[in-house]
Amino acid sequence: MPDLSAYRFTKTHEWVHEAAPGEVVVGITDHAQSQLGDVIFLELPKLGAMVVAGTRFGAVESVKAASDLYSPVSGEVVAVNAEVSASPELVNQDPHGKGWLIRVRVAGDLPADLLDSAAYDSFAQADSH
Amino acid sequence: MTGGIKNVALDQVHRALGGQMVPFAGYSMPLHYGSIRGEHVAVRERAGLFDVSHMGEVNVTGPGALDFLQRLVTNDVSKLTPGRALYTVMCHSDGGIVDDLLVYRDQDDFMCVVNAARRDVDLEWMRRCLAGYDAKIEDVSDKIVLLAVQGPQATRIVQSLSRDQDLASIRYYHHRFGQVAGVAVRVSRTGYTGEDGFELYASAGEAERLWSELLEAGTQHGLVAAGLGARDTLRLEAGFRLYGQDIDEKGDPLSAGLGWVVKPAKGLFVGSEALAAIAAAPPRAFIGMKLGPREIPRHGHPIYQGSRQIGEVTSGSFGFTVGAGLAMGYVEPGKAEPGTELRIQLRADPQQWAVAPVVPLPFYKRPES
Repeated sequence: MPDLSAYRFTKTHEWVHEAAPGEVVVGITDHAQSQLGDVIFLELPKLGAMVVAGTRFGAVESVKAASDLYSPVSGEVVAVNAEVSASPELVNQDPHGKGWLIRVRVAGDLPADLLDSAAYDSFAQADSH
Repeated sequence: MTGGIKNVALDQVHRALGGQMVPFAGYSMPLHYGSIRGEHVAVRERAGLFDVSHMGEVNVTGPGALDFLQRLVTNDVSKLTPGRALYTVMCHSDGGIVDDLLVYRDQDDFMCVVNAARRDVDLEWMRRCLAGYDAKIEDVSDKIVLLAVQGPQATRIVQSLSRDQDLASIRYYHHRFGQVAGVAVRVSRTGYTGEDGFELYASAGEAERLWSELLEAGTQHGLVAAGLGARDTLRLEAGFRLYGQDIDEKGDPLSAGLGWVVKPAKGLFVGSEALAAIAAAPPRAFIGMKLGPREIPRHGHPIYQGSRQIGEVTSGSFGFTVGAGLAMGYVEPGKAEPGTELRIQLRADPQQWAVAPVVPLPFYKRPES
């Protein structure tokens, strides 16, 4: 498990982390992938699309269910992980690393309502019982 | 633990193996031990070990047992010689399916294996039908552990634990009593995966010993513990109906494509008159449909021909071996011919269409060995 101290999390089980000044990477959490099971297919936005914090930007489909993806941030999609589209199992194998989904150019700070790693862990624990 | 959910004898064993436990039919059961895909592929290529102890077992004994079963189920139990197993359904008098089940015969006694979620309903129905027959039924579900070893390596693995039996000589849908890992078991050449394999019935007290010996002996042949998730994707590829999804009390076996287990020639049975009427014009047809590799149909998705809804998906998932989204479901009669171009609406979004041609069932057939 990578060091997640710089990651922030949503209550809808996405993570976000600043990759460069003004640019963040977004993915789904380890908890989310373990709940979903084997990911079969990802529906991701196109390059240049705008995403809005708290709204749907795509979907992840596993053997068990299809779940919507909600963006932790607002901004423009500047990269989409082509590798994960071709090999969705990367989301299961390395959700916080190689299984990243999109890279977004953001204006200003991250939304204040995102959770830090410890807060997300206790939220996810409570969520699974 | 939620009230009313029962644990199987191997509950702690599943948890120790990392099984993700989910409530299923009143039992806490392992959905998977890490990856449904990995377990599915292991069963197709090597072997998988399933705990399916939630299934119900009901003994039917007494001089009138055969006559009672002939009346109760749709298939012809008189053809069931000792040592064989028979797949059948039992119906209400209107032809609605009470449950699908396996019937085993041992000389004059029988054992019925029923779905966990239907066990109580089945027992009540069987007791009602019992009037006038010199037979006894006994629910022995809680005393029996049922383990399934499935996959091309299954025979080799189970044989390595059995000195008193030549398991390869047990034919498909036959069974025999023997010792496996020193445990007295009913060894049945049956399964719900589309692969060769065995289902082993043993006393619940022997569950841990049987499970751990099979897992240990199987590891060198690539056997893995497999959960209900893989069981579901495997049975879907094999075209097996699942009670509660593909078949239920509102549907009849003929519309479900299970006409091969309905034997009117054997004489009267519960539902025989209704089924004879339905046979003349079944109200709907059961079909398989194959989608693309990125299109996953689900239970309840509507099936369209052109702009008109003509049916609904009852089972849908991704077929890991077939490499495509697979659906089974009902459509209007006359729309079931393989090659018929249908469409399935995926999710709630009306823009999410998948082209879904009708294909013959099963989706997957194991290679001849």
